[in-house]
Amino acid sequence: MVRRATEQRETWITGIGVVSSLGEGLEATWDALRQGRVNVDRKTYAPWMVHPLATLNLDTQIPKKGDQRQMEAWQRIGTYAAGLALESAGIKDDKEILARTDMIVAAGGGERDLDVDAAILTSRADAKSGALNERLMNDLRPTLFLAQLSNLLAGNISIVHGVSGSSRTFMGEEAAGVDAVRIAWARIAFGQSEVALVGAAHNGERKEMLMLYECGGFNLKMDFASVWSRNGGGFALGSGGVFLVLESKTHAERRGAKPFARLVNVVSGHSSRSVPGGVESVLEGLWASLEVTENAAAIYTAATGAADATAEEAAFLSAHGDIPVRAVGSSFGHLSEAQFPLALALGSLSLSRGALVPPNDMSGREIEVDVMPAKIVAIGVGHWRGEGMALLEAVS
Amino acid sequence: MTNRLETDWAPPKPQNGKATMRDAHNRPIVVVTGMGVITSLGEGKTENWKKLTAGESGISTIRRFSTHGLKTRIAGTIDFIEVKPFSSTTLAERLAEIAAKEAVGQSEVGRKGDFPGPLFLGLAPIEVEWPQREEIARASGEAGSIDYDTLLRASGGGRFGQVHERYLFGSVADHLCETFGTKGSPISVSTACASGATAIQLGVEAIRRGETDAALCVATDGSINAEALVRFSLLSALSTCNGDPRRASRPFSKDRQGFVMAEGAGALVLESLEAAQSRGAEILGVIAGCGELADTFHRTRPKPDGLPIADCMRNALTDASMTFDQIDYINAHGTSTSENDRMEYVGAVAVFGDHVRKIPVSSNKSMIGHTLSAAGVIEAVFTLLTLEHQRIPPTINYDIPDPAIPFDVVPHKARDARVATGMSNSFGFGGQNVSLIMRREVN
Repeated sequence: MVRRATEQRETWITGIGVVSSLGEGLEATWDALRQGRVNVDRKTYAPWMVHPLATLNLDTQIPKKGDQRQMEAWQRIGTYAAGLALESAGIKDDKEILARTDMIVAAGGGERDLDVDAAILTSRADAKSGALNERLMNDLRPTLFLAQLSNLLAGNISIVHGVSGSSRTFMGEEAAGVDAVRIAWARIAFGQSEVALVGAAHNGERKEMLMLYECGGFNLKMDFASVWSRNGGGFALGSGGVFLVLESKTHAERRGAKPFARLVNVVSGHSSRSVPGGVESVLEGLWASLEVTENAAAIYTAATGAADATAEEAAFLSAHGDIPVRAVGSSFGHLSEAQFPLALALGSLSLSRGALVPPNDMSGREIEVDVMPAKIVAIGVGHWRGEGMALLEAVS
Repeated sequence: MTNRLETDWAPPKPQNGKATMRDAHNRPIVVVTGMGVITSLGEGKTENWKKLTAGESGISTIRRFSTHGLKTRIAGTIDFIEVKPFSSTTLAERLAEIAAKEAVGQSEVGRKGDFPGPLFLGLAPIEVEWPQREEIARASGEAGSIDYDTLLRASGGGRFGQVHERYLFGSVADHLCETFGTKGSPISVSTACASGATAIQLGVEAIRRGETDAALCVATDGSINAEALVRFSLLSALSTCNGDPRRASRPFSKDRQGFVMAEGAGALVLESLEAAQSRGAEILGVIAGCGELADTFHRTRPKPDGLPIADCMRNALTDASMTFDQIDYINAHGTSTSENDRMEYVGAVAVFGDHVRKIPVSSNKSMIGHTLSAAGVIEAVFTLLTLEHQRIPPTINYDIPDPAIPFDVVPHKARDARVATGMSNSFGFGGQNVSLIMRREVN
């Protein structure tokens, strides 16, 4: 663990943008969760399953058709969710603030042209003969590259919404989502930034990504179940985008912005996962550094359902068994880079509305509670690497 | 312009006797105590510096794979490091390891395999590459048409477990973190061709926040494969001067016609001045300022007035508490594309005015090509070596100056000069702009 600095400013979450398989925006998302809705498509990719993106009216956040055409799905999802977050924070059209808003996006890569790949593989055009080159030169769309480059989600957000204080893209699956939030928070808490847009987008409806996770044996197959009832069966990928606006308290108060929650601390760790219990011990270390008073807290976790990681996280949670737990993956699927921001977004929303989302679990781990906790800890444990936590508090 | 330091928050006051450990903004001064580099010119600082100041080019005809049917058949490949079977991601990891080993070795910080701070890695995006895709296709046993359903059916069962790990975006940083024992969650960053500079900036900020006394900032790129070449080719960004590879990269020349893709890696060990001095480390230079700004104009082109580029440089000056006339040297982004080189000049004029003609400028890319995600760190290393040796590497191939870009580009031959402070620029697709300011002396 890197040493924690001592002096820090209060940081608020003042904007939340969410789109997912459950709909767009905070009302639709909240209602779906209250009703226990789950939107999972078991047919299109059978025997695999995904949580497909709800239909969006793209024009409302990406008004220019030309911009929409220049993006692939993951960029449109993210640019849309970023717009919702800016709107939620009340800075959507505030050029002065947007020009100094810092941005950190956690991103994977963009969609490949599956038809081109299939045609090349079918023709057995290999690299040795140079036939691969000719097919790529002739068949790839020139602009596809820009829809694939990881940092071009941030680039599109700059172009469409005018966010231009800075633009950084972190890569590295679930860990990138944790560290994007951690760095955005730390920069504000230690006076290096006043306002930041941070988040991620994920398109789960992609066969090339299913293939990557199938190589590692991480895809949930056949039967859908909540994260805690999968017995290491893995995850169902989900589509969605989550962005948050973080702001120093003074900056927010000066413009009269209301917080969803106070972001007290964000920490991350690294377990090589070569030793059993490694993840659990990293989580205990992170938990200790948050200094949480247990009787007043709830946990929203970005748990994946991946075999070893989720088992170790479950052991950690059992050691803190009095704390109510919610796993966002049961309702939304696995959004990779966006999963930790999603847990944080739902935690903030819950604190601002004074209610936890209902349990979505038959295993008995998630239980109904009467009293609304004053603090929520968001936990991220990536399927392969990446452990992190953030502490949220209600602002009274 | 955006003043990055406008805040009502004041950092803690300096302790007695430690005032010189902090900069004019009262933040810990960040110094460099180790550097490593590998490019198509060779491995290590000594060899690179010798060749760079001799005006040698590392660009050659691509031999790693068939270039049949490609418009561009030249690059700055690193062929003296062999990776089998070839994978751009594995090469990137190997290059990063080599550069980091040199940097950590020079700094003598921590212990072997126990680096006392976090890793920040500038890295190209990662995806499954063609040889692996073809291998999965073969494993399917399918004799007829192959699509992703075929691949999906063949990819399970554990036989391609290595493909999963290798092509996760986090795998390169994870392996480096394990090798060097860096602390905390390693961060991989992509800001296109500014990635290396952003990695340095993240390290500087972490030290300034007081989170850590040291940071390992690495950037690497091993991208020369057919699909990557095709992608840049289709955007008409690459030089097609295939007949004369060493003359293909011509930054600031009138007849420049695109950049030359290249591989390489660079690494810096950053430390707080206080930590470096207290362990008696040799200080190689100071990262005095970092500036960044996103351009909202276009996905690949800078705003025509160059103001985002200019404001990025101004942000770096503000961050370093310096004025433009204190910059003795500019290590340009200078890619050799028509657009970049012109806009870099337009941006510089907006900041430096007529004074810009008095500042020596050089583009390392004339010799090593464009090392893409790695460029920011590699060129920071070369800027620091420029300050150390008081010798400015040249811009080669500057035979026909572009009259629209009247920079003093230090043509053909290295130049000895008094250079106390240098600025290194990095710009990338997606409106990415980062400028770094480096100083030789601590105070």
